[in-house]
Amino acid sequence: MLLELSRISKSFGPVEVLSEVYLAVDAGEVCALVGDNGAGKSTLVKCIAGIHDINSGTIAVDGAPREIHDPRDAAALGIEVVYQDLALCDNLDVVENLFLGREKLHGVVLDDDAMEQLAAETLDSLAVRTLRDLRQNVASLSGGQRQTVAIAKAVLWNSRLVILDEPTAALGVAQTRQVLELIRRLADQGLAVLFISHNLNDVFAVADRIAALYLGRMAGVVNAADATQSQVVELITSGRSGAVGLPDPNGVQS
Amino acid sequence: MSPDVSTQAPVEPATASAEPGPVKAVLDHLRGYLSKVRSGEVGALPAVAGIIALCVFFGLAEPVFLSVGNLANLFGQGAAVACIAMGLVFVLITNEIDLSAGFASGVAAAIMAVLLTEWGMPWPVGITAAIATGVLIGLTLGTLVVKVGIPSFVVTLAGFLAFQGLALIILDEGTNISIHNETVKAIAGENLERWQGWLLLAVTVGGYTALQVSRWRRRVRRGLSHEPLAVVTARIVALGGLLTATVFLLNLERSANPQLVSLTGVPIVVVLLGALFVLWSFVLRRTRFGRHLYAVGGNREAAIRAGVAVDRVRITAFVICSSMAAVGGIVAASRAASVDPNTGGSNVLLLSVGAAVIGGASLFGGKGSARAALLGGAVVAIINNGMGLMGLSAGVRFGVTGLVLLLAAGVDALSRGRGSFFGRH
Ligand SMILES: Nc1ncnc2c1ncn2[C@@H]1O[C@H](COP(=O)(O)OP(=O)(O)O)[C@@H](O)[C@H]1O
Ligand SMILES: [Mg+2]
Repeated sequence: MLLELSRISKSFGPVEVLSEVYLAVDAGEVCALVGDNGAGKSTLVKCIAGIHDINSGTIAVDGAPREIHDPRDAAALGIEVVYQDLALCDNLDVVENLFLGREKLHGVVLDDDAMEQLAAETLDSLAVRTLRDLRQNVASLSGGQRQTVAIAKAVLWNSRLVILDEPTAALGVAQTRQVLELIRRLADQGLAVLFISHNLNDVFAVADRIAALYLGRMAGVVNAADATQSQVVELITSGRSGAVGLPDPNGVQS
Repeated sequence: MSPDVSTQAPVEPATASAEPGPVKAVLDHLRGYLSKVRSGEVGALPAVAGIIALCVFFGLAEPVFLSVGNLANLFGQGAAVACIAMGLVFVLITNEIDLSAGFASGVAAAIMAVLLTEWGMPWPVGITAAIATGVLIGLTLGTLVVKVGIPSFVVTLAGFLAFQGLALIILDEGTNISIHNETVKAIAGENLERWQGWLLLAVTVGGYTALQVSRWRRRVRRGLSHEPLAVVTARIVALGGLLTATVFLLNLERSANPQLVSLTGVPIVVVLLGALFVLWSFVLRRTRFGRHLYAVGGNREAAIRAGVAVDRVRITAFVICSSMAAVGGIVAASRAASVDPNTGGSNVLLLSVGAAVIGGASLFGGKGSARAALLGGAVVAIINNGMGLMGLSAGVRFGVTGLVLLLAAGVDALSRGRGSFFGRH
């Protein structure tokens, strides 16, 4: 397993937001993380990304337990996150955003041409056709194009696990399809993808496995091929569906 | 908010593969530029339009405005404000403000004057001390804003008061200290020899041409999108023409009484402004620090997540701002050949902020350039000079400058609204 979480707990003051959460994601697969608003999906992502420290539990990468206290720790392990609020600078262009914080230099001078070329190659390898002018400010892009930039930014760094927090939430139908296709391509290229969403149509369109969080606990992990939408809805809304679910999480741990 | 991709700005012609006719390439380029302007990226356009309009207006109203002597005069009058504005741009880009820059320049100038005139120090000591004062002031302001977390408006307002007091104390409750050092007085008082002006012109235009052409060839070779060669050439010719005309005019005799004393050549302060412009443009556009500065102003959260050393970038912006204020103070002291407690006072700060914003820096952060400071400084200087020549009172001049600033801030706010369809976080 590329990423394996076990018994992750996280509290903000007296409020326990995550409780004994487990999850595993392997290379080449899209694992969807679903759950109602406030279930703790974003918090879990931030724990993996090193933005929040966990209170207890272990995060293992390639089977070895790792300490992640800083986004740089996560990046060093090949973990990249595309946040819900995208974290793009509107006043910078596509290339500048892609390389922000990791600019290529020629002495003290920015090597803008090399960065542009590398950006074009990465977008090519992802079969992105929607971004043609890489020197255009991000402010002038559509929602789907911005999402594409954010995803490309995450895969530019030989990353191995890409985590996407609600990447399709603000998109229309056509752009959602483009982004979902892009997500599928990431996994087909051998990356591990953790895809957070509460749109079950999107989830079933790309996911290999589906993990459902319910009030900060892992209600269950199911194979997308074996599950129906209504089962997943039950997991999301009540934490149980038939034999799967709380309060017996060990029964479905793979 | 339109999700339709087809409404996006026209894309630049796809490089060498399609090889459109040169005319079409130029037209495509122009269309791309126009659509950028329409989407709010107006750049230098308003300031340039303003400069042309003001020159036509004052030229008609008061023909002496267009005389060579007055042209040289304009540079001298605007130089200090342009320096301070260039520094302010850095702070404005990070979405902060520095209200103390005016009096910071006064303090730096006062320290230089005391060292030169009262202690008899050589000029390098005086100038170094003035700039070091700026660095120290910037470090203090930046640390209070960034590390302690006091809003920059408050910190620099306190600085505005404190530095005013400091200047008074340094100048012994208000004496006026004359500057006798010839080198310092030359900064804003002397001119280059004619041949030096031409040589500098050749070096500048030659350097610009070499940079532009090598960049164009590099991008063609790498197969990256590039401007049509005609556009690159046009830009070189335009800049070359403008600078040649300027040097030619400044090299004409402008003394009222040439038999008595000859007055020709490019003012040294123009060279100083040009050098500072090149330096800060390079820093902003071609270095990692510059890139991070824009990122911090555009979306601080994104910069933090990208691993940008946000605190250091923000503090450095204040250090550059106060240091450039010190340079402005040196220029002002040189021009007046003296320093008094009002050096850098009265309207200097407001004119400097106005200059930066008029030139295209944004009060909402994330936008600004050294060019903005120079163009805006020119607008401010022209308004004051022209209205002075027309014999209008200081009251009217303040009023008009205020209106122009308001206009520029309005353009800024509107272009901001149109430029960011998808909301800023
Ligand atoms: N920094 C924080 N401090 C306190 N509470 C937080 C913080 N971040 C998230 N929470 C709380 O944790 C819970 C889970 O939030 P979140 O992870 O954003 O949910 P989701 O992404 O699944 O909608 C919510 O109740 C939220 O209010
Ligand atoms: Mg969330």
